Amino acid sequence: MLAFLIKRLFHALLVMFVISVIAFAIQDNLGDPIQQMVGQSVPESERAQLREELGLNDPFLVQYLRFAINAAQFDFGYSYVFNQPTTEVIARHLPATLELVASATFLIVVLSVPIGVYSAIKPRAWLSRFFMGISIIGISIPVFLTAIVLIQIFAIGISWTPFPADTSWGTWLNEVVSTEGGMPAYGRGDPIHVVGTWYTNFASPRGLLYLVLPAISLASIMLPLFIRLIRAEMLEVLQSDYIKFARAKGIRLRRIYFLHALKNTMLPVITVGGVQIGTLVAYTILTETVFQWPGMGLMFLDAIERSDIPLIVTYLMIVGLIFVITNTLVDLIYGLVNPTVKLTGKPA
Amino acid sequence: MNSMSPSLSRWSRFRDSYLLYSFKRDLIAQLSLVIFILLLAAAVLAPWLAPTNPYDLAQIDLLASELPPFWIEGSDDAYLLGTDAQGRDLLSTILYGARVSLIIGFGAVALQATLGVCFGLLAGYLGGRIDAFLMRLADIQLSFSTLMVAIVVGALVKAIFGGDTFGAYAVPLLVLIIGLAEWPQYARTVRASVLAEKSKEYVDAARVMGLPSRRIMFRHILPNTLSPIFVISTVQVANAIISEAALSFLGLGMPETQPSLGSLIKSGFDYLQSGSWWITLIPGAALVVLVLVINLLGDWLRDVLNPRLYKG
Amino acid sequence: MSLLDVTHLDVRFALRKGDVKALRDVSFSLDRGERLGIVGESGAGKSVAAFTLLNLIAKPGYIAGGSICFDGQELIGRSDRSLRHIRGHRISMIFQDPMMTLNPVLSIGEQMVECLKAHRRISTHEARAISLHKLVQVQIPSPEARLDQYPHELSGGMRQRVIIAIALLLDPDIIIADEPTTALDVTIQAEIMALLLSLCEKHNVGLILITHDLGVVSQVTQRMLVMYAGRVIEDGPTREIINDPQHPYTQGLMNALPQMATPGSHLNQIPGSMPSLDNLPSGCAFHPRCHFVTRPDGQHRQACKEQVPDFVTSGNCRVACHMVADMLGYERIPAEEITQ
Repeated sequence: MLAFLIKRLFHALLVMFVISVIAFAIQDNLGDPIQQMVGQSVPESERAQLREELGLNDPFLVQYLRFAINAAQFDFGYSYVFNQPTTEVIARHLPATLELVASATFLIVVLSVPIGVYSAIKPRAWLSRFFMGISIIGISIPVFLTAIVLIQIFAIGISWTPFPADTSWGTWLNEVVSTEGGMPAYGRGDPIHVVGTWYTNFASPRGLLYLVLPAISLASIMLPLFIRLIRAEMLEVLQSDYIKFARAKGIRLRRIYFLHALKNTMLPVITVGGVQIGTLVAYTILTETVFQWPGMGLMFLDAIERSDIPLIVTYLMIVGLIFVITNTLVDLIYGLVNPTVKLTGKPA
Repeated sequence: MNSMSPSLSRWSRFRDSYLLYSFKRDLIAQLSLVIFILLLAAAVLAPWLAPTNPYDLAQIDLLASELPPFWIEGSDDAYLLGTDAQGRDLLSTILYGARVSLIIGFGAVALQATLGVCFGLLAGYLGGRIDAFLMRLADIQLSFSTLMVAIVVGALVKAIFGGDTFGAYAVPLLVLIIGLAEWPQYARTVRASVLAEKSKEYVDAARVMGLPSRRIMFRHILPNTLSPIFVISTVQVANAIISEAALSFLGLGMPETQPSLGSLIKSGFDYLQSGSWWITLIPGAALVVLVLVINLLGDWLRDVLNPRLYKG
Repeated sequence: MSLLDVTHLDVRFALRKGDVKALRDVSFSLDRGERLGIVGESGAGKSVAAFTLLNLIAKPGYIAGGSICFDGQELIGRSDRSLRHIRGHRISMIFQDPMMTLNPVLSIGEQMVECLKAHRRISTHEARAISLHKLVQVQIPSPEARLDQYPHELSGGMRQRVIIAIALLLDPDIIIADEPTTALDVTIQAEIMALLLSLCEKHNVGLILITHDLGVVSQVTQRMLVMYAGRVIEDGPTREIINDPQHPYTQGLMNALPQMATPGSHLNQIPGSMPSLDNLPSGCAFHPRCHFVTRPDGQHRQACKEQVPDFVTSGNCRVACHMVADMLGYERIPAEEITQ
């Protein structure tokens, strides 16, 4: 277990090193901190002096080391635009993105497993064909278009009272949904403060409602992939001898499907899918743009627009860190689920 | 006499092949191919088919902006699918836009296939350090998701060149960006099949005969990895078109003066709230149909050729 | 009445180009504690027969006719749910490749306990005790530790012992063993076979042994069937068939055994290969390879080419061969009448 962790940690550090070199190269070539600090009016001699004081004339390696040491302490300098430490800016936007990714992940997991399993168990049923048809269409619709269509249909197109009005819970739900003219199309609404920079949408019905459309559109990019992956893996597993043997043992079908087959199906799904969940962070750039969701993706695009180099660099490093953490977690979970992987690091 | 026979036999081989047999049985594949060919033809022939030239500022009538498509009241017969916010005929911009999207899609796939196949062959055939380095690079890039890489590279390229230069060279730059972002897909698949092929006897035989590595790789191993390459290429064209659309939607792609389907969707998005949904959704529908038929063809190909694709 | 009576079993695979007949008119029976061998080349339909007995043939396979009567009950046409109580309980199976048969992500203990719990209302604790007892019976080293191990931690031979233990868990009436030793090292094959035989004898369990190995069949079984292209072509007491095979195909199989060859000469292989089931020759499916037909004076043997042979009795055996029927002096309906 320890050896496995050390190996994973080493790999993670290597990846972070590559990312930091790229990030530093961007900062070094595109950002001019002097310009930002003092503006145009200061004479060239003064600038040169400042440059020297800040160590900008030092060799590349020295500058990189300084960058890396600061980065390791989560110090990436100040955002040009916000005039605040970039990490603070990120911390303000991070919860919105993480909540969005978490909701989308929840939708993906909750929907893809039953649908994938069903369409593998009954590949010829019309419902399975329907799901497969929908999933290929889903793959073909870019995530921002899904978002736009959802806005058009649910937030602009129709006034929205879907619940039965003759029951008390129906009227209540309709009221919840219909405030401010239907399904919210933009922003997070008024999230509730939890702690520090963390404001949550999870704590109120209205907050959750704001999450619905962005989460669905973010989930729509991965859901079809997951359904197809689970179905394909499950179909392959169901052909295997150990499933036939389990049937020959007289085990109940339910147990065969949901224990024997599903556990084996999930192994490749965890490795492939786990990485994909990490990449959802990338897709938040698109969903957040469409929904004006005040998360990191929207912040990143804004930073690009305004050439806020320190903020761009920080975003890259933080997102890289998120990817590395998810990948390591996925490997750990895989190791825990699959008995043929020994976490001791010795070959099995 | 004799020169006829190879082409004849190739034709008859194709006629008797399983590929054609299963194509004849698959209605969805036939339909997809027909629609794809129609779209391709419409895009290629856009300058002749389109009622107006959207690049030509003289033909644009600002007074005719935001006209709805023909089935909605208030439409103008001159503009079948309506007009966008700048008064450009939507049908024309879609035809020209599909053209741009397809050029970038195919271009990017050609680039990533070249890169990926070369790197995959090298990694699989030579093994050792080169293999470890290339595959680690592919791992890192894939774990970042190709979209992320494309967005970052796109943003940097735009920052370096400035918006105007970027706009002028947008097509080659986007081909480059998407091509660079997606090569690992090919490299991993090619490497996997090279490893499988390498262990087979004919490669040993070729090596024992003293053939140079390059010849073994390109003449002996590569042909045997073609069917997975073929299958991913289809899917990758669809992906590249979507990536281009995503970049354009974020303002990192084609400029509005020379729109692709993605930038059309973006330019229409601002008018969604004002009720002019068609400016966004009609190009969107065109994009989806284009990508969908390519994906359906890819699905069919995968089922027929049934290659072992690299998972993950 | 025997414990198991299989009559006129017909199994087909519904493919696009039409049905392929995997088993045709297969009949045999098995008494309590009896050991039956089913012999044939790969593709003869032996494994299909094995899976059909528990109605486990995968789609597009289906049972087109015939009857499987076990302990007085008809199995064909019964629901999966009711067959479940027979599978693994009254009739259990041992598969060919022990490396593929055990679920890689479940421990040996789990895979044994679930089998007991599927058929009996007992606690996990009791089930583990029974499992351990069976592991001791199959002579696995350090049986207690095995319960919590996973399949990949065991060698092929040990896994096959575990599978035998699972097959014996509920003291079944019949074990169907589909080539139980072919995937194992030669050195272990004999060990596993001896173990299986001794356990069957000790517990009076019937055994249906499917194999292409005539040597094993002669050592283990009391009766045998020889199959060719989905049909039974010879069936009777093992000793009699081995000592005096009637059907030219069985004779060919016997002659092909290494011990039958003169040292220094070639092995006596049967020329040609088994036809594929979707493209069977007319008449006796074996006739293109049969030396009675292929030899120069065999050309006139129209019956072999046109008419599927019926069974004739020879001693205690049944043989489906025109040549044998002729030699035994059986009357045969002329081919013209059949075609009309």
